[in-house]
Amino acid sequence: MSVETRHRIRGGVGESVTRPDGVPKVCGAFQYLDDLRADGMLWAATRRATVARGRIVALDVGTASAMPGVHDVITFADVPGRPYQGQIVPDQPVLCDGEIRHWGEAIAVVAADDPETARLAAEAITVDVEELEPVVDVERALELGDVFRHFPVRRGDPEARGDVVVEGFYEMGTQDQAPLGTEAGLAVPDGHGGVDLWGPSQWTHVDHEQLVACLGLRPEELRVHISGLGGAFGAREDLTLQTHIALLALRTGRPVKQHYDRADSFAAHVKRHAARMWYRHEADRDGRLVKVEARMILDGGAYQMTSQAVIANAATFAVGPYRCPNTFVDAYVVRTNHPPAGAMRGFGTNQACFAAESQMDRLAAELGIDPLELRLRNALEPGDALATTGQVVTEPLPTSEVIRSVAALPLPDDEPGDDPLRLPGGTGLTTPPDRVVRGVGYAVGIKNLAFSEGFDDYAEARVTLTADGAEVHTAAIEVGQGMVTVLIQIARSALGIENVEVVFDDTSKIGSAGSSSASRQTQMAGGAVLRAAEAARSAALALAGGDDLDDLGVWRDGELVMTLAELAERGPISEWVRFRHPETEEPDENGQGRLHVDFSVAAHRAVVDVDPELGLVRVVQIDIAQDVGRVINPVQLRGQIEGGIAQGMGWAIMEELVFRDDGTVANPTFTDYLLPTILDMPPVEAVLVEQPGTWGPFGAKGMAELPTVSVTPAVVAAIRDATGKALRRVPVRPEDIVFGDG
Amino acid sequence: MEYVRPKALGEALDALAAFDDPTPLAGGTDLMVEVNLNHRRPDVVVSLRSLDELRRWDDTWIGAGVTFARLEGADDPALAQLARTVGSPQIRAAATLGGNLGTASPAADSLPFLAAADAHVVLKSTAGERRLRWDEFFVGPKQTVRRPDELIVGVELPSRPERQAFAKVGVRQAMVISMVSCCVLRDPSGPTRVALGSVGPTVLRATDAEEVASQAARLTDTDLDEFQRRVSAEVRPITDHRSTAEYRRHAAGVVARRALERCLR
Amino acid sequence: MNVNGRAVTADVEPRTLLVHFLRDDLGLTGTHIGCETSYCGACTVIVDGRTAKSCTMLAVQADGAEITTIEGLAADGELHPVQEGFWERHGLQCGYCTPGMIMSAVGLLSENPDPSEDEIRHGIEGNICRCTGYHNIVRAIEYAAAKMRGEEPAPAEWETQEVTA
Repeated sequence: MSVETRHRIRGGVGESVTRPDGVPKVCGAFQYLDDLRADGMLWAATRRATVARGRIVALDVGTASAMPGVHDVITFADVPGRPYQGQIVPDQPVLCDGEIRHWGEAIAVVAADDPETARLAAEAITVDVEELEPVVDVERALELGDVFRHFPVRRGDPEARGDVVVEGFYEMGTQDQAPLGTEAGLAVPDGHGGVDLWGPSQWTHVDHEQLVACLGLRPEELRVHISGLGGAFGAREDLTLQTHIALLALRTGRPVKQHYDRADSFAAHVKRHAARMWYRHEADRDGRLVKVEARMILDGGAYQMTSQAVIANAATFAVGPYRCPNTFVDAYVVRTNHPPAGAMRGFGTNQACFAAESQMDRLAAELGIDPLELRLRNALEPGDALATTGQVVTEPLPTSEVIRSVAALPLPDDEPGDDPLRLPGGTGLTTPPDRVVRGVGYAVGIKNLAFSEGFDDYAEARVTLTADGAEVHTAAIEVGQGMVTVLIQIARSALGIENVEVVFDDTSKIGSAGSSSASRQTQMAGGAVLRAAEAARSAALALAGGDDLDDLGVWRDGELVMTLAELAERGPISEWVRFRHPETEEPDENGQGRLHVDFSVAAHRAVVDVDPELGLVRVVQIDIAQDVGRVINPVQLRGQIEGGIAQGMGWAIMEELVFRDDGTVANPTFTDYLLPTILDMPPVEAVLVEQPGTWGPFGAKGMAELPTVSVTPAVVAAIRDATGKALRRVPVRPEDIVFGDG
Repeated sequence: MEYVRPKALGEALDALAAFDDPTPLAGGTDLMVEVNLNHRRPDVVVSLRSLDELRRWDDTWIGAGVTFARLEGADDPALAQLARTVGSPQIRAAATLGGNLGTASPAADSLPFLAAADAHVVLKSTAGERRLRWDEFFVGPKQTVRRPDELIVGVELPSRPERQAFAKVGVRQAMVISMVSCCVLRDPSGPTRVALGSVGPTVLRATDAEEVASQAARLTDTDLDEFQRRVSAEVRPITDHRSTAEYRRHAAGVVARRALERCLR
Repeated sequence: MNVNGRAVTADVEPRTLLVHFLRDDLGLTGTHIGCETSYCGACTVIVDGRTAKSCTMLAVQADGAEITTIEGLAADGELHPVQEGFWERHGLQCGYCTPGMIMSAVGLLSENPDPSEDEIRHGIEGNICRCTGYHNIVRAIEYAAAKMRGEEPAPAEWETQEVTA
């Protein structure tokens, strides 16, 4: 797509434009949810379950309510509307409904004059619990039939046989998004029975829909606003404190604020699904896949959240970006008494990718074929059918190119040196250089872009020309990823106007932009902005009879014929668009159909140094080649890649929410839930492969999840390469390396 | 909560004697975490920040108020090495040796050095002074014999060899609580002391292993194998969310041997 | 105490953490709270010339101290070079860790005006970022260090990086 403009626009598509929110963020002036204040506001605190399963036999809020400074205490019985929430199936009680179903479940919430009083009052609530045996094992949940969704794939001939068979079990622990900002929010009653809410959200309209149902409000009585978020990564897709503070604000007539501490945050937001998977791959002697069978069980935790969509991704990407004519998958997501699982960067593809890529390496070893060559022989390309759903790939998909590109990057020097920073064990000085073994591993990932399975996926945007530039109105949420910059760049290039500002509207002012998730906002919100901007430009040119538009106004034959101010005086040009991506379908009973609108692929290479005797790992370098369609902002895109890699690497070697046998969480603090530090993060080399797609703005594809997806198996593959250990579980712990099977 | 900020040691001891169950506060890096997590709600806090008496440090004495940031510059190699692994720069600037002793976490990074050096902990109160060897002072996980009216004023360090090594096993490159920590002090003529943290209810010495290592100025591979085996046999680790007992037992032997090898070079 | 060059006197409940005092009493909300166990570093401020985690320090402990928060860095509308570096070199995404990260960098550069990449990484080890993967944070601090030494910062990497089609 090319846009004819009079001058080259500065800061348009393709440039490394700096963030408009960068200055307030470096000055400490950017307003995050926890910075919000209102006159006369109360503070909320939550009382939570300390067991994984139990029946509440007595709940007494009397003492707490009577404490000086306490204004209100709410429990399940106080929820005025539908007392259950959930964006796909509303099965999560707004507050515990009498049966505790996971550690940390919210039982009651207090509103008081200050945080300390609220906290003490929450502690003063009497909760007598009769403990019940929790379900903590996914196989047990499956036996009990407690399945949120079973996604079967039946494609091809079940009797097909390959010459070579590899079979394996894989297991993945629970990962937390651990955004640096915990959940916070403010609810302000409007004095007319309604409420204005600022809460941690990736999609305000879907929050609004749930909240009005739970609060028993008419839609126009609730406005959900957008405020600064300290990261998201999926953790803000489902409601946490919003319902509670909105209800307290409505009941007390006072603004109510809450700011979770880290333990609250670990308890309240969804996790990445832990998984147990069995795979069997069969191939011919040349390494071509003949049949893949898989049985996957994901731990959905106590409530459904987005599990139904997550399991569809796990099932449909069970084979990875490879052709295979015969595929049989049974993917289950089950209910347990662990905290609910839901969305996290990659959304079900990560688990499949780890198992499938581990299998590809084992198959390569069994066949004596180079692991990259094996992948290239099976690489899914345009015109091929996805191994699971049978859906034919119609958009560009450079699977072979990303594999070749990452393999072509130079490897780091062989020598680890003797700087402890560059050795396993780091500052702990555990490991001399001569005890270090290097390993290299590869993995390839595939991810769907935007929403799937026939969901009516759209984004709205409005572009308004003002006296000195243009405003982009949207309810799409900036979670830190840099969407705000991308929308400005798209609007600039489409309008020809540089002075563009993004206005984040509340739910009463504009329709949904969909979620800031599923790698979708560059294409979806960006697609809406592109079309609205094009329409605004056309309208301006038509109104003034011109042939070009810029920050001064409308031009004709090189002469300015109408300034932006004059244009605005005539009646503002304001164009609204609801943009939809090409349609998708629901799966048939065999999991077949055009479930996904589009795909992207990436290949990772990880280089690690391992101290096999102590089982310590130092990641030396991680490289990636990624299919991005068209680069809108190179520096932001690389920033997403580096950050995504850090998260996927973290899961590979250190991040796990550890459950005790009784279903409670052993490490809900940053003391023991370990995130990669700056010393753990290696250099990253990235190759951006541009093959423009047909429906994203300027050919762009969503890209934010894939950097996290295939890095986890790549790191584990590298550790296997160094140690010869099988390593079928993530995260890889030191004891797995020391004592694990070869 | 009452906050008392004595200006001199004597005042601090008076304050500790005057209140029922006062809580001394130095860098606060352990205590305030406990408070934030609602594990503790102290009624009286006695701040030690203004007590210059606690900051004295020389070859035979480390005041309780010496921070890990200062200890990073220690002449004792093991002391400098362990100080570098404590928390992060911000934490090292605040956290003190006395705090490490007072909290008495089995994972406290300074304790293997103090145990290997056979340090004595000096406690003061209005009733007088007590001087306790490290193994008389620590009695269990986060348990010491300090009375509420006593203040840890510092540790006495006997003379010790220059050959020293510290190592700490954690799964992150920095800012991590140890799964195993170890300190070895070795006299070139043979005598060797090895202490380990995170592998028992308190820091412990592997005395059987010391015996093997101490027997000669030159150690053979067989000696080192035996040293490693004995360390693993002597430690008393548990399984928790940070690691397993089996791994800790294994890793203790490995890091102790490697620390000893560093001392032999 | 003295905060960002301004004398501040207040009676506070002794239990009040320094970070709460800064945020709630003084309205200096640029200092963030990420974990309250002193691991994330989002609450880092400078107390008497050294970086400190204000979530594990009582406000009363800072009685009489000189404190600098993120709000005290920019002077006369000019960004501090470290602030400029984080913005110019894309050293932030969600920005929640950024004020603490910047304060740690300011502390590091005051002790070491010409740090190597490894020294930067050691100096910032107490600050966790969940968004960026840290790479551009290193570049941002290098940019600031050069500026503070009166040198021209190295050109941005993206000016030399390629995209394949």
